[in-house]
Amino acid sequence: MNVAVRTGTVHALVGENGAGKSTLMKILYGMQRPDEGTISIDGTQADLSTPADAIAVGIGMVHQHFMLADNLTVLENVVLGDEPRGGGGIDFKAARAKIRDISARYGLGVEPDRLVDELGVGERQRVEILKVLFRGARILILDEPTAVLVPQEVDELFGNLRELKSEGLTILFISHKLDEVLSVADDITVMRRGTTVASVSPGDVTARQLAELMVGSALPVPELRESTVTDTPVLEVDGLTVTAPDGRTVLEEMSFTINAGEVLGIAGVEGNGQAELVEALMGIRPLQAGRIALQGKDITKLSTRKRRDAGVGYIPEDRHRQGVLLEATLWENRILGHQTRAPSVRGLLLNRAGARADTQRIVDEYDVRTPNIDVLAGSLSGGNQQKLIVGREMSGNPVLLIASHPTRGVDVGAQAAIWEQIRKARAEHLAVLLISADLDELIGMSDSLAVILRGRLVASYDPKAVTPEELGSAMTGAGEGT
Amino acid sequence: MGRISWRSVGLGLAAPVGALVFALLVCGIILSITGHPPFDVAEDMIGSLERPRTVANSLNSATTYYLSAVAVAIGFKMRLFNIGVDGQYRLAAMLAAALAGASFMESLPSVVRILMTILAAMLVGAVWSGIAGFLKITRGVSEVISTIMLNAIATALVAFLLNPDRLAVTVAGSNNIGTAPITEGGQVPGIPYSESSSDVFGLIVLAAVVGVAYWFMLNRTRFGFDLKATGQSESAAVASGVNVKKMVLASMLLSGAVAGLVGMPQLLGASHSYSLDFPAGLGFTGIAIALLGRNHPIGMAFAAFLWGALDQTSNVLDLSGVPKEIVVIMQGVIVLSVVIAYELVRRYKLRLEQRDVGRALGTTKTPEEAQA
Repeated sequence: MNVAVRTGTVHALVGENGAGKSTLMKILYGMQRPDEGTISIDGTQADLSTPADAIAVGIGMVHQHFMLADNLTVLENVVLGDEPRGGGGIDFKAARAKIRDISARYGLGVEPDRLVDELGVGERQRVEILKVLFRGARILILDEPTAVLVPQEVDELFGNLRELKSEGLTILFISHKLDEVLSVADDITVMRRGTTVASVSPGDVTARQLAELMVGSALPVPELRESTVTDTPVLEVDGLTVTAPDGRTVLEEMSFTINAGEVLGIAGVEGNGQAELVEALMGIRPLQAGRIALQGKDITKLSTRKRRDAGVGYIPEDRHRQGVLLEATLWENRILGHQTRAPSVRGLLLNRAGARADTQRIVDEYDVRTPNIDVLAGSLSGGNQQKLIVGREMSGNPVLLIASHPTRGVDVGAQAAIWEQIRKARAEHLAVLLISADLDELIGMSDSLAVILRGRLVASYDPKAVTPEELGSAMTGAGEGT
Repeated sequence: MGRISWRSVGLGLAAPVGALVFALLVCGIILSITGHPPFDVAEDMIGSLERPRTVANSLNSATTYYLSAVAVAIGFKMRLFNIGVDGQYRLAAMLAAALAGASFMESLPSVVRILMTILAAMLVGAVWSGIAGFLKITRGVSEVISTIMLNAIATALVAFLLNPDRLAVTVAGSNNIGTAPITEGGQVPGIPYSESSSDVFGLIVLAAVVGVAYWFMLNRTRFGFDLKATGQSESAAVASGVNVKKMVLASMLLSGAVAGLVGMPQLLGASHSYSLDFPAGLGFTGIAIALLGRNHPIGMAFAAFLWGALDQTSNVLDLSGVPKEIVVIMQGVIVLSVVIAYELVRRYKLRLEQRDVGRALGTTKTPEEAQA
């Protein structure tokens, strides 16, 4: 694996999950040691065995998940671990001046005396950037910095990055989002299975070519074949209303029906009630009002377990939180959510042999890349964890599949496999509720589309006739739905 | 079926053995500084283990410690900290002793008497821990706080009930008071151990049964799966259909029921009455042993025996003028260092496995490559 980064540029590193991007970053930041090979900075070889070494040679890391203490001010967070001493205590005055200076120089707009708790996501990220600059970093590593940002914040971030670049700093930018990479990077390195497969400049490639370089083969397209929609309703939701613990109404009078063999796509800007809708359907969140029926049977009062037993499969939005037990083996994860059903259990006892055999089946059929079924789920890549979840949720003859962001954070290969499984589910007359932030996926994979805005379904579209732009404006409440 | 790899066994042993060696080292240094040759002290302690009586007593201590550790471990598996095992077992032992010593029990067959005593103890333990469980699921009270408070309440309640006006009688020939002595039909006979003057508790069998049941529950039943899943990730357990509130209550009740057993071997095998000098503090020892044995049914058995042996062999130290508190220091160091060692090993194992998975996948061909 070789990569050369020029001073004063934004260098993007792209690759599928498990291609080795994070490992490379960890090595550069001294969190892991290379087995072989060297790292040179400005021509001198560097030995990075701890993050402190990396900071000493001017490498700073901005993590994907922020490492800030909410109840401290920006100033306190920034100096934490690197306090300027003076007069027997911490020299806050000097630190404050230095923060103001850095903030002004790079146009970060960070106010040192605000509580981090009050800051938005974009501002928090700028605090993280400031934190590494404060420690004298000349090379910044940003690990998927846009994953948590809304589009406007992404634009602001890119503005900041250009500012940093013009001041002579070097930025290493890791991302899956190829359009973003193309808009901000000066050089792009593509990684696949632990090696660098190509170095390109953004002017020479399209997002599609870049993606194909990442996967090493042609890209999958989200699309459905002939319609399989029947007129048998599977999921009927009527007047669903949910309030948050703080009394805010998060879902209001929501009604829709999904028929067997139909994929209903829900489009919306995140935080408009999608998560609440899914949890209400799964029985995790209590309803204020409304009725949910599955195959004509009222399930409004049933527990999550009873709903699952009735044939609801669930691909959660956050697989680490709701989908897998990271510290349990693959076959134990096969049992999760199926604690009451064969082949995982026999009466009140677990059926280990049955669960193991069925896990092997899922691993084979769904192409979960793993050495065996006794490894911990946490050691698989995200895409493989997701394929295991999809395989599990499709077993036990479900009638309804709730898929919340099923391809988020997975690589292109896994994405194609998951789409294929959704097509297969639809062909087998399952009803599918698809929630996604990827508009191409929604348009390509849905039989009908609805837009959710502030807890209400505000518009519905025919996916064959709608463009992502129309959908996008309806999602923000600007467009007129029919 | 569950494949045993030598690496994982080795790594599993590395932490407790490492902690033990470290603790020996620390104690050796302390002994040297205070002017006691560490090797002589070790020789004395190990030498005393050659006496059958010490072994029998160690096994007896280990029996109660083990029960206490299992009670704690049931909670630990769910990330519940039942600090209240101590109060649960004392209250349970006292009330069960009062029942077993009551005169109407005399007419019952021995087996029924013993079973009734044991069941009463489990019931009392479960009720006492159930209060904490109930408070947690209805009012969100942390079980740590409520069980600690319930310990204090149990102490007061036992003191109140252990009064000649209520459940206690004066023990003949002393100023001690206790519940009415349990007559022979209500006692569990000991098991003679080679030439030892003291028998091994008959209820060591009960501890073994509880250990096997604990293992079976965790690894073979749906309930155990739900319990472990909730402990590993509550959100994932909820999404999989586990009713977490029900699980919290069930595991607290179960933990308390096992806690109720802690005092039984001593009560039915040796004391035959709950008096002022009934052993206290076993619930806290259980926490240490559950940590050292990593909530594992066999690991905790070894840990319990180690603890019992350390306690019993320390008696010999008085003879050679070494303060026996050195053993307490050693136990403390073991617990502290084992917690750190387990975390280090856990991280190392995860890294090792991730590397293995990476390596295994890097060398196997993907379908696309195989076709090409």
